[in-house]
Amino acid sequence: MLKIQNLHASVEQKHILKGLNLDIKPGEVHAIMGPNGAGKSTLGYILSGREGYEVSEGSVDFQGEDLLEMEIEDRARKGLFLAFQYPVEIPGVSNMEFMKESVNAMREQRGEEPLSAAEFLKKAKEACKQVQLPLDFLKRGVNEGFSGGEKKRNELMQMILLEPTLCILDESDSGLDIDALQVVANGVNSQRDGKRSFIVITHYQRLLDYIEPDHVHILANGKVVKSGDASLAKEVEKEGYAFLGQDNAEEAGA
Amino acid sequence: MSEQIDQALSRKYDAGFVSDIESETFPIGLDEDVIQRISAMKGEPEWMLEWRLRAYRSWLTMEEPEWAHVHYPKIDYQAISYYSAPKSMKDKPKSLDEVDPELLRTYEKLGIPLHEQEMLAGVAVDAVFDSVSVVTTFRSKLEEAGVIFCPISEAVHKYPELVKKYLGTVVPRSDNYFAALNSAVFTDGSFVYIPKGVRCPMELSTYFRINEQNTGQFERTLIVADEGSYVSYLEGCTAPQRDENQLHAAVVELVAMDDAQIKYSTVQNWYPGDENGKGGIYNFVTKRGICHTNAKISWTQVETGSAVTWKYPSCILKGDNSVGEFYSVALTRGRQQADTGTKMIHLGKNTKSTIISKGISAGNSNNAYRGLVQMGPKADGARNFTECDSLLIGDRCGAHTFPYIESRNPSAIVEHEATTSKVSDDQLFLCKQRGLDAEKAVSMIVNGFCKEVFRELPMEFAVEAGKLLEISLEGSVG
Ligand SMILES: Nc1ncnc2c1ncn2[C@@H]1O[C@H](COP(=O)(O)OP(=O)(O)OP(=O)(O)O)[C@@H](O)[C@H]1O
Ligand SMILES: [Mg+2]
Repeated sequence: MLKIQNLHASVEQKHILKGLNLDIKPGEVHAIMGPNGAGKSTLGYILSGREGYEVSEGSVDFQGEDLLEMEIEDRARKGLFLAFQYPVEIPGVSNMEFMKESVNAMREQRGEEPLSAAEFLKKAKEACKQVQLPLDFLKRGVNEGFSGGEKKRNELMQMILLEPTLCILDESDSGLDIDALQVVANGVNSQRDGKRSFIVITHYQRLLDYIEPDHVHILANGKVVKSGDASLAKEVEKEGYAFLGQDNAEEAGA
Repeated sequence: MSEQIDQALSRKYDAGFVSDIESETFPIGLDEDVIQRISAMKGEPEWMLEWRLRAYRSWLTMEEPEWAHVHYPKIDYQAISYYSAPKSMKDKPKSLDEVDPELLRTYEKLGIPLHEQEMLAGVAVDAVFDSVSVVTTFRSKLEEAGVIFCPISEAVHKYPELVKKYLGTVVPRSDNYFAALNSAVFTDGSFVYIPKGVRCPMELSTYFRINEQNTGQFERTLIVADEGSYVSYLEGCTAPQRDENQLHAAVVELVAMDDAQIKYSTVQNWYPGDENGKGGIYNFVTKRGICHTNAKISWTQVETGSAVTWKYPSCILKGDNSVGEFYSVALTRGRQQADTGTKMIHLGKNTKSTIISKGISAGNSNNAYRGLVQMGPKADGARNFTECDSLLIGDRCGAHTFPYIESRNPSAIVEHEATTSKVSDDQLFLCKQRGLDAEKAVSMIVNGFCKEVFRELPMEFAVEAGKLLEISLEGSVG
């Protein structure tokens, strides 16, 4: 599904990713943890193609294609989805309208007819219920005045509607109450079908109690410094990142 | 990003074709003689000619205004022809079948097939081509309701009492430089009269088009809604693509008698000039309405065209409890310049006004809002609410806000809110990450930004306005 080899990248002359490797097979859930500023969000942005990041070395293969050569919207249409750590608002554009356009963009890519308004509405209502947002959120402007938690649920709703093949969730669990945490976990679990893969970026073990990851990676100082199974997350929860050693921890935490 | 913006903004102007119609056009130049000839061409009565000449004489004493935030080379008023009519109009058509088919095709290209409009939309259209009103559809149905809707040149003959009574009462002959010029040389335009208590049975609509080279268009519209009546009026404009600048100096006067309501909507898409600022229409327009007791006037405009726009649809809230509204979307791109806004003059008690202005700037354009809210000494309990939002696309354009508030009544309340935002990289990134291309993303963001104004447009116009924005923004971001 996704193979990242020796990825080096910088933004504003700042070297952030320093030789990152990651191999994700279809159907797998990979959790990525690591100190603040380690480069986790940066990884998500580079994979989704955000402008302003410069890749100096390495390669990324996505479903047999060179991901780094593709336009942002083509990556999205080919199934790459990023749930943002900080979702932006688009005032005046209703959630409904926005999601309908994007769902139909995906369908066009797959050679399918666009959904009619009625068909779309039905799907949107289901997704809205699934993430436990009141239905009037479909009519509100995209993220306009949403609370932090509501924004995260809204991202999940989009993920459910768009049916991507690779989902990158950037701290979708931050700032959530316990109920919302379950909503996010259920959102992910309901979409696990043995083919769809997930990269779950999180600081907290508790999300991983609900979403059982196949692999856990610790990202520090722009590299994967340790990989393991679900038990690695528990270890981090208990011990912190002290095992990274003084140098790494300081640099990464700076 | 800017390079892509440049590229995208050099897109073609859709309505920029020239129609091959034989015209009768005056030689360029302006003096009392020309005015007499215009008047004679229209077979006007003596009082009308006198009115024009007086306007002309005051125009001669006036200076072209320079306070607006726009820059353009000095206009040579002697290099313009002040009258142009398609030849076949000489024997005026009695019905659509008699209209020059080439002319009708022009309208079709513009997306306003008169035949279809007549049958499907139920919109009555008065189409003004250069200086002459081509045909007014749906007249009989309107006549049944007692509504008068005809070219103003015809009204001068058929309803001289009404014209004499109201013409120049809202925008006096010497109101400003361009209004005075218009009063002297106006060639056609629409006249509407809605009798007492009548709700006009359909939307009335005019399309203006400038076709001839070096002609100015000076149309004059007068709408009178008598006591307790209602009318919704739509105005649309286009012009062919030419290298020379063309002048459009219109005057619109609205009179809303007690308890009457007038809703006036404009979609203006005059040729804006090319990416280097060559060519395009100078759109210098004076629009003003007067509200008597309990009356309401609502201006809604979507301005996407013209090289230079200078336009302030205004309301004089003379009667107690009268209401004025101004909803505006102004989009500038390339080297377009717009200085637009409104004046709300509160004279009566408990008068209310609302101003919602949305300015969108892209490319190297400049977009200014200029608004005056004036609370007179007798305007007890008057209220105004102004919201003025600017949206920038790219980083070489400008947005400017010039709100003027003059209150001479301590009980009056004036509220003003202003915001400036950009189509942010974050928003574009979110849209693209959800599979939308940049063009779709920008037009969606801009449409969202304009929502409050589009809501005020009649249905068929709202769709047109949305499409127009989409075309105007085509590829405005990479
Ligand atoms: N545009 C930028 N200019 C300069 N530095 C940047 C920029 N974007 C990111 N960085 C830096 O890159 C580093 C990695 O940032 P990133 O957001 O990827 O961290 P993270 O691992 O997601 O952290 P957190 O856990 O706090 O979300 C940080 O030190 C950050 O300050
Ligand atoms: Mg982060």
